Amino acid sequence: MSAGLLSIFIIAIFIENFVLNQILGICPFVGVSNRLDSAVGMGLAVTFVMVLAGVVTWMIQHFFLAPFQLEYLQTLSFILVIASLVQFVEMVIRKTVPTLYQALGVYLPLITTNCAVLGVALLNVRKGYGLVESAVNSLGGGLGFFFALLLMAGIRERLEVADVPVAMRGAPITFITAGLLAIAFYGFAGLA
Amino acid sequence: MATLTAIFSAVLLMGALGFVFGAILSYASQKFAVTVDPRIETAISLLPGANCGGCGFPGCAGLATAIVEKGVPISSCPVLTAAARAKLALALGLADTGPTTPLVATVMCNGLPAEEYRKFEYNGIIDCQAAILVSNGPWLCPHRCVGLGSCVKVCPFGAMTMGENRLPIIDKEKCTACGKCVTACPKAIIKLVDKEKKVHVKCNSPEKGPDVRKVCKVGCIGCQLCKKVCAYDAIIIENNLARIDYSKCVQCGACVAKCPQKTIIMEGVPDFKPRKAIIDEAACVGCTLCFKVCKFQAVEGGTPKEKHRIIPAKCVGCGACVAKCPKKCIVLKPVE
Repeated sequence: MSAGLLSIFIIAIFIENFVLNQILGICPFVGVSNRLDSAVGMGLAVTFVMVLAGVVTWMIQHFFLAPFQLEYLQTLSFILVIASLVQFVEMVIRKTVPTLYQALGVYLPLITTNCAVLGVALLNVRKGYGLVESAVNSLGGGLGFFFALLLMAGIRERLEVADVPVAMRGAPITFITAGLLAIAFYGFAGLA
Repeated sequence: MATLTAIFSAVLLMGALGFVFGAILSYASQKFAVTVDPRIETAISLLPGANCGGCGFPGCAGLATAIVEKGVPISSCPVLTAAARAKLALALGLADTGPTTPLVATVMCNGLPAEEYRKFEYNGIIDCQAAILVSNGPWLCPHRCVGLGSCVKVCPFGAMTMGENRLPIIDKEKCTACGKCVTACPKAIIKLVDKEKKVHVKCNSPEKGPDVRKVCKVGCIGCQLCKKVCAYDAIIIENNLARIDYSKCVQCGACVAKCPQKTIIMEGVPDFKPRKAIIDEAACVGCTLCFKVCKFQAVEGGTPKEKHRIIPAKCVGCGACVAKCPKKCIVLKPVE
C-alpha cells in the first residue's frame, strides 16, 4: 500500500508534473516566477490549497455527488469549493502573514481559477483514488507545482542579468525557458 | 417525476453547499478581519480609479496607501483635476500641494550640420556609449549628440525617433518624462524641462567661443548677447554656456532673435522673429478681455468702454490677447 502511495507521490511530482507535463496552472507559473521569494510563497499557497481542495472535493464527490447521481455537477461544485477555500486562505494569510499577502498580490485570488487546482480534484475522481490516495496525489501535484515554480524563478533570476537580445527579453525568453524545462522534465517519463 | 427529483436534489445540494461555504466565509471574514486605515478607503474612492500608473505606484490603491502611510504628496496623481485634488486634500486633512509641472525630455543640441563636422566615419557597434570610446565620438564637437540612437532604443514609450540630422526627435505627447533617455545619453545632452516652455538653448558645450566655432556653426559661444537682451533675467551664463532659468522665462523670444549663432531656438518656429501685439483702436470696443488675459500687464485701460492700448515695453508677443479678442482687432506684428 505504502509503495503504491509513494509511486502516486513520485508520479504526481515528476512524471505528471502539473505545470511542465500537463500544462496546467501556467498563469502563476509565468506571472509569479520572476522572484524566488514570491515563488516560494505562491508555491506553498498552491500546495496548501491543492491538498485541502483534493480532500474536500473527494468528500463532496463521495458523500454528496455520487449518492445522488449528481456527478455532472462535479466541475461546478469543485469550483465552488476551491473558490471558497482560496477566499478562506486569503483571509488567513492577510491576517497572519501580511508580507506574504503583499508578495502574492493578485495571484492569490487567481488560484481560484487556477486550472491546476481544479485539475487535481477532477483527476483524483477520474483515476478512482481513495481519500488517502487523493490527498497524496494532491500533495504531490502541489509540490510538483512548487518545484516547477522554484526552478523557473531560479532560472529567471539569472536571466535578469544575462545578455538576452532585446527582442527576446521578457515574455519570449520566459516561454522558451519554460519549454526547455518541460522537455527536460519529459526525461522523467522513463521512471514510470 | 424522476426528472423533477433530479432537478430538486441538484438545486438543493448546490444550494446547501453554497450556504455552508458562505457561512464559513462570513464567519472567517469577521474572525480574520484586518483593520485598514479608513483614510486609505477614502483616498481610493476619491482618486480617478483608472489605475493608469502615471504616479509610479501600482494603481490608485497603491498611491492611496502611499499618500496616507508615507506622506507622498497628493499631486503625485497627474490625472486629478484641481477641484478633485482639493476635495481629496480636504477629505484626508492634508495640504493641497498643487499640480506638478509636466516635464518633457528635450535634446540640448542643435546637431547641425550632419556631415561637414564629422571627424571620422564610425563603423562600430550601433550604440552611443560604444561610439564615444573611439576618440570621443565621430564628431568634431566633443559635446555633440552622437546620433546613434541609444536614447531612441531605450525609450519605452516609442516617443523618440532619429531625425535626418542624426539628432533624435521627441514626440512631446508620447513622452512621459520617465528619464530613461537622460541616463542612456553618454553626452548628457537630454534634459527634462517644463513641457510648456518652447525657448531652449540647444547646446551643451562648455568650450570657449573660438573652440566652439571651429567645430560647430550653431553652438553657444558664450557671447552674453542673450543675457543682455533678456528683460526678465532668465538667462544665466556658466562655463561659456547660456542656460535658461525656466522659472523666469516668459518665452518672449528676444534672445532667440538676438542669438548670433542661432543656438537659442523657439521650438516649432524655425525662423522666429519677436512680435508685439497691436490693437486696432477703431475696432476696439473696450471689452477688457485682453486686459484680463494679459499676464504681463501690457494692456492699458481696465475700465469698460475705454479703448485698449498695448504697452510695447511690456508686451512679449505671447498672443494670448489675440486669441481672446472677440472683435479680432489685435494682431501680432514682427518687431524691427
